Amino acid sequence: MRQDHLVAAGQLSRADVERVLDRAAEFDAALESGESLPARYPETVLALCFYEPSTRTKMSFETAMKRLGGDVVDMGSVDASSVKKGESLADTVRVIEGYGDGIVLRHPREGAARMASEFVDVPVVNAGDGAGQHPSQTLLDLYTIREAAGLDDLTIGIVGDLKYGRTVHSLATALTEFDAHMHFVSPDSLRLPRSVRFDLHEAGAQVREHTELDDVLPELDVLYVTRIQRERFPDEDEYQKVAGEFQIDADTLDAASDDLTVMHPLPRVDEIAPEIDDTDYANYFEQAHNGVPVRMALLDLLLSNHE
Amino acid sequence: MSDHELRVSKIRDGTVLDHLPGGSALHVLALLGIDGSEGTGVSVAMNVPSDRMGTKDVVKVEERELSQAEVDVLSLIAPRATVNIVQEYAVIEKKRVERPESVAGVLACPNSSCITNADEPVTTRFDVLDDGLRCSYCEEIIREGIADHLDVG
Ligand SMILES: [Zn+2]
Repeated sequence: MRQDHLVAAGQLSRADVERVLDRAAEFDAALESGESLPARYPETVLALCFYEPSTRTKMSFETAMKRLGGDVVDMGSVDASSVKKGESLADTVRVIEGYGDGIVLRHPREGAARMASEFVDVPVVNAGDGAGQHPSQTLLDLYTIREAAGLDDLTIGIVGDLKYGRTVHSLATALTEFDAHMHFVSPDSLRLPRSVRFDLHEAGAQVREHTELDDVLPELDVLYVTRIQRERFPDEDEYQKVAGEFQIDADTLDAASDDLTVMHPLPRVDEIAPEIDDTDYANYFEQAHNGVPVRMALLDLLLSNHE
Repeated sequence: MSDHELRVSKIRDGTVLDHLPGGSALHVLALLGIDGSEGTGVSVAMNVPSDRMGTKDVVKVEERELSQAEVDVLSLIAPRATVNIVQEYAVIEKKRVERPESVAGVLACPNSSCITNADEPVTTRFDVLDDGLRCSYCEEIIREGIADHLDVG
């Protein structure tokens, strides 16, 4: 990876992705075997700046940095910080640059990570910018897909909130680098935003949009489910109707191929019934576990670039 | 440019912008950051009959020679504009409007939750597409009504 920062999935070429995933596989195997990893970054401190709550993304970056022999500093919750006192993000990251060798940033506004990357010299990783992008999640999604189904000649269905779902935006963009047929399934009001459709079109991706999962389920290798949030709908009835339609349970999967892999960026609420968890379809906990080796690989590449 | 179409007199030194779309002159001035407070002469003719365009606007700005970068920004709202630089009543240079690769600091992002709309020390920047503009920060695309997003003054 030639970039200094990871702010959007569109930066990643196929070669970049493969380099991260190959490195992640090495870390994964080492973690799995219980062998102790050489502390590659004993003096390195990663700064975690989360302006929105996060459990797993933050913890998996923290674990990844520590497994590489480094340490983390955490800005803590926004309520307790100088952000509450009105400090700009630009000022905050310039101060934090003095503490850390890299910055992981989650922020409620789109474009926050890109802007932050223009104010600092240390690598910035976008860990979610509003309804924009979440490219490190994409790398672990791609790792999971590669393990389960392979990234070429892939037919994937992406279901749920495609409009505001940043994991969806990043994943769809990244998949244009591979031979993937993409099916997007959502209610009309939550279809992919224009900017993402534009990118897919520009890339010549094989894309179809649907409002019913039944239309495509049988041909899918991977079903990527995302949460539809209550606050996206004007009233409770409308939400219940839509959420119910896109809920995945054992009955839904009757029509699926036996080899289907079901993924979810988590946390889920009730998009996937717990009865699926113990079936061969379920891959979402594996997907979450992949966060550590993949983020180790990402940090390794960004930090070694920066040295 | 034929003289009989112009309703305003010749200028001695400055820039003449011709073949602006009818009704766009005030947006053009806004885009160039000209509001009259400079104290120099600005003449505007709006909705002048034009063979080529139906109607057009003409703007004459005295004592200011627009740079190529300023001219290129005009392409966003006046792609057919012609630009003449005038010295001592004579046209000394004709500039063509070319679409720039990006424009900075002239438009506000229509996405209210874009970081450029927060109170941050950042200048807006848009990549110019074949048929629109794209925010370099949040990636939002603007296709229609570019003049509505002008953020200059
Ligand atoms: Zn924007």
